[in-house]
Amino acid sequence: MRYKTNPIDRTYFADEPAEDFNVIGSVVQRSDALGHVTGRTTFFEDLSPPDLLHVKMHRSTRHHARILGVDLTDALAVPGVVRILTHADIPNNVFTPLKLIGVQPDDEPVLAEGKVRYLGEPICAVVAETEAAAYEGAARVRVDYEELPAVLDVEEALAEGAPIVNEYHGNNYFTYEGHHCRRIRFGDVESAFAAADHVFEWRYQSAPIEHAPTETTGCIVVPQPDGRLRIHSDTQACFFTLDNTALILGTPFNKLRIVGGTVGGGFGGKVDIAVEPVACVAAMLTRQPVKYVYSRYEEMQVSSPRAAERIYIKDAVMADGRITGRKITLYVDAGAYSRHSPYGTTKAAAHLPGPYSIPNVWADCHCVFTNRTPSSAMRGFGVTIGDFALESQMDRIARELSMDPLRLRLINAYRDGDMKAHRKVAEGTALVEVIQKAAEMVGHELPAEYRQMSSMDRASMDREGR
Amino acid sequence: MAKLRGRGYASVNYPTGMNLGGDPSQALIHATTTGTFVVSLSSVDLGQGLKTVVAQCAAETLGLPMENILVDTADTDTGPHCMGTFASRGTHRVGNAVIMAAAEAREVMLAVAAEELEVDAGDLETDGTGYIQVKGAEEKRVHITDLALAAHFTHGRTISGRGIFLKEKNDPVPETGEMDPDSCQAHACTVAVVEVDDETGVVEVLEMHNAYEIGRALNPAMVAQQVEGGAWMGMSHALFESTEPYYPTRDHGPGDFNEYLMPGPADIPMYHNAILERPAGNGPFGAKGIGEMTANAPIPAIANAIFDACGVRLDTMPFTPERVLRGLDELRGNHH
Amino acid sequence: MASQVVNLRVNERSREFLAAPGTSLLSSLRDALGLMAAKRGCAQGSCGTCTVLLDGRPVMSCLVAVETVDGASVRTLEGVARDGELDEVQAAFLEGFATQCGFCTAGMIMSAEALLDRNPDPTREDVVEAISGNVCRCTGYGPIVDAILDAAARRRP
Ligand code: FES
Ligand code: FES
Repeated sequence: MRYKTNPIDRTYFADEPAEDFNVIGSVVQRSDALGHVTGRTTFFEDLSPPDLLHVKMHRSTRHHARILGVDLTDALAVPGVVRILTHADIPNNVFTPLKLIGVQPDDEPVLAEGKVRYLGEPICAVVAETEAAAYEGAARVRVDYEELPAVLDVEEALAEGAPIVNEYHGNNYFTYEGHHCRRIRFGDVESAFAAADHVFEWRYQSAPIEHAPTETTGCIVVPQPDGRLRIHSDTQACFFTLDNTALILGTPFNKLRIVGGTVGGGFGGKVDIAVEPVACVAAMLTRQPVKYVYSRYEEMQVSSPRAAERIYIKDAVMADGRITGRKITLYVDAGAYSRHSPYGTTKAAAHLPGPYSIPNVWADCHCVFTNRTPSSAMRGFGVTIGDFALESQMDRIARELSMDPLRLRLINAYRDGDMKAHRKVAEGTALVEVIQKAAEMVGHELPAEYRQMSSMDRASMDREGR
Repeated sequence: MAKLRGRGYASVNYPTGMNLGGDPSQALIHATTTGTFVVSLSSVDLGQGLKTVVAQCAAETLGLPMENILVDTADTDTGPHCMGTFASRGTHRVGNAVIMAAAEAREVMLAVAAEELEVDAGDLETDGTGYIQVKGAEEKRVHITDLALAAHFTHGRTISGRGIFLKEKNDPVPETGEMDPDSCQAHACTVAVVEVDDETGVVEVLEMHNAYEIGRALNPAMVAQQVEGGAWMGMSHALFESTEPYYPTRDHGPGDFNEYLMPGPADIPMYHNAILERPAGNGPFGAKGIGEMTANAPIPAIANAIFDACGVRLDTMPFTPERVLRGLDELRGNHH
Repeated sequence: MASQVVNLRVNERSREFLAAPGTSLLSSLRDALGLMAAKRGCAQGSCGTCTVLLDGRPVMSCLVAVETVDGASVRTLEGVARDGELDEVQAAFLEGFATQCGFCTAGMIMSAEALLDRNPDPTREDVVEAISGNVCRCTGYGPIVDAILDAAARRRP
């Protein structure tokens, strides 16, 4: 077999105008594949400028603690250690990456300042002539802590009297325009519950998940003769990284140049501003090229994971399978800092109540701070875990009603023209058709009226008396 | 002790082309003097194949073969602004920006060809192999290489174009959550068939049937890559993955791939995939984008298949053998 | 401890370089010899992106202290294409869409080369076994297994 394609089934949406394309829709060889199979593709770490220095981080050994003192004496004595950076070396140490789109407050230090809020938080950066010396130096940094109570559970974090994780917010939640969560209010769920034949409520939980790209997060910064810095990075977002880095460094934006675009897997994990600011400061202070790349352990335990989520779904259901109300309480475990979680939580809210037309929807989506590794964007951001909960819920309802799980979905499926819970009119829908197609693929019999349903024609549904 | 088989379903939608940040993407395109069109971007290819897809969009719009397109990307000195590759915006945003730039360049290309051939630009067409020709009189034609040379050295014209795609930033209404956060919705329905070993609690995924609706499959082989790679990731999330296996405590966190478990090549199920196309009015050639969503439906499909197989409802991810066995114990009335 | 001179035959060429004690074969290939195809995905023997052939056998080069293999012969992905022509494994990966980000590809191809060198007619299980130490986060492995089987078919006379 030379390549696999998925059969395109044109019996669905057959009325779409046929278009005569030259290269669109055809199997075109990937432009990067030749480089990959010959080993010639250049990833950022395949660069080795002369006099390259290496950065390794000394990280917090506590979930939550005050830093009483940092002793660099032994670390500086390690042969090959050139310099050790602390928060005092970072011009604008406290930042938040989404300030570029107006999200505030700045809530995360590049290097810890006075306090650590999660296990593995960076405290000081050891710059050395070899990687081994940088590791050795990082191991010899001594930090004096005063342990503080930590909170690791989202609901405990929101309970009265919980220790405050992040003082920049003042509460253990991100505040959305004065609200303690991102809300959806559509119809009246309470009367739906009162009128329902059944009310079902279940809870779902996930744990943090690592992006696990085979290439870890990193960059090499090379000072240029004209005083600029050239940053070779595996960032997923060149300008996003550049703009944030410039803000942290307090330099004009045009002092930085990012060269990248060849990334050994991202999946959302390389949107954080994790390595570039420190590497740039090190390069500026030493006037030498600097590499800062995560070890596999750092990638696993320190880089942002997909957030753990806890989701409660309560449904009002009629005996015929119609879901008339859905109430959702969703907690995103953001860890100690915002990063991209305020955005992901809003995206999660917009996705509710799933691809179904439910006339009464109430959702509170909380972006919660806890003393763990900050979570961030990952493939399916804000949606993946919600889908696990929503589609498990649909299966459970079908079981409770002894209904065909696909018919339950078709009865409730959203169609063109439906008003979604976030008050956007649905268009270009195709849930009905993918369900019909999947049923056909596995020989799951659907009665004629279900096979004739269409996303474009609500009337076919109304004839059944909905 | 037995191996119990079950089937589970999940159907999902997924928003693509998010605009909660309002971030647009730009593209510039210009012809070299020998008729190669260089697409300049700052967007990032994570391995999903963005460089290839945007080259297809440029070639299609210009009416030229793929060999005439070069994509130069991810250098902030030379590429115009792109916020980045996330929020399923690559294909949608960058594809649209490239089409707009290529359409502008095509207009110049046809105008110069009209001068060169002394005809009306409206009478010209591209043949897809590199010629610009007069409709109905194909012998009257000029090759793009000759045309690009003439544009530069004879006519003093730059064959170039600019593109940007912006859907304005949307701010949700705080009271109600009213918002317009995305550009399209793509769809999927997954059916998983699993086998549960009721002695060990091990779940094996035997089959996955995936029906997708993604607007337009710009490159069907790369769509297949996303569907299978994502189905594998979904299966991996469902059965194995966590950096904190005893969440919410932080103990026993894995540090490398020997400890962070994922399915290997021996664990992959049989896949049966199908693609439906309902082109989106605002997508590049109708495409909605697919890469991000492909891990989503497999997870609940597997959860539901496990229930179908053995009656254990797993409401906590991942669905480890330990959780399956605890569920089976509970069903059997053995409480420890 | 002082650095020592190490001799390797790499992709049919004799190479001599200085290595500090404990330097891995992977670092030597990349930093001393400038051969960047083998990748560092973990540096601790868990991902296989650094796989090369050492005297014909696949090894995770991040785990091999280079001073212990003085005089050995090493093959990396750079040495697989002959006169600029892709070999069967490379061609099968390319045409079979078996690469996405490409970071695992060098290790995968070297594991496949080792398999096909000792077993020109592998079963699917043999292929699965041969790449069981190679992590791929993008493809889901299916296209890689298919490509290696395809390569075996292409190589058969
Ligand atoms: S780098 Fe050698 S096994 Fe990962
Ligand atoms: S192609 Fe990305 S890790 Fe295999």
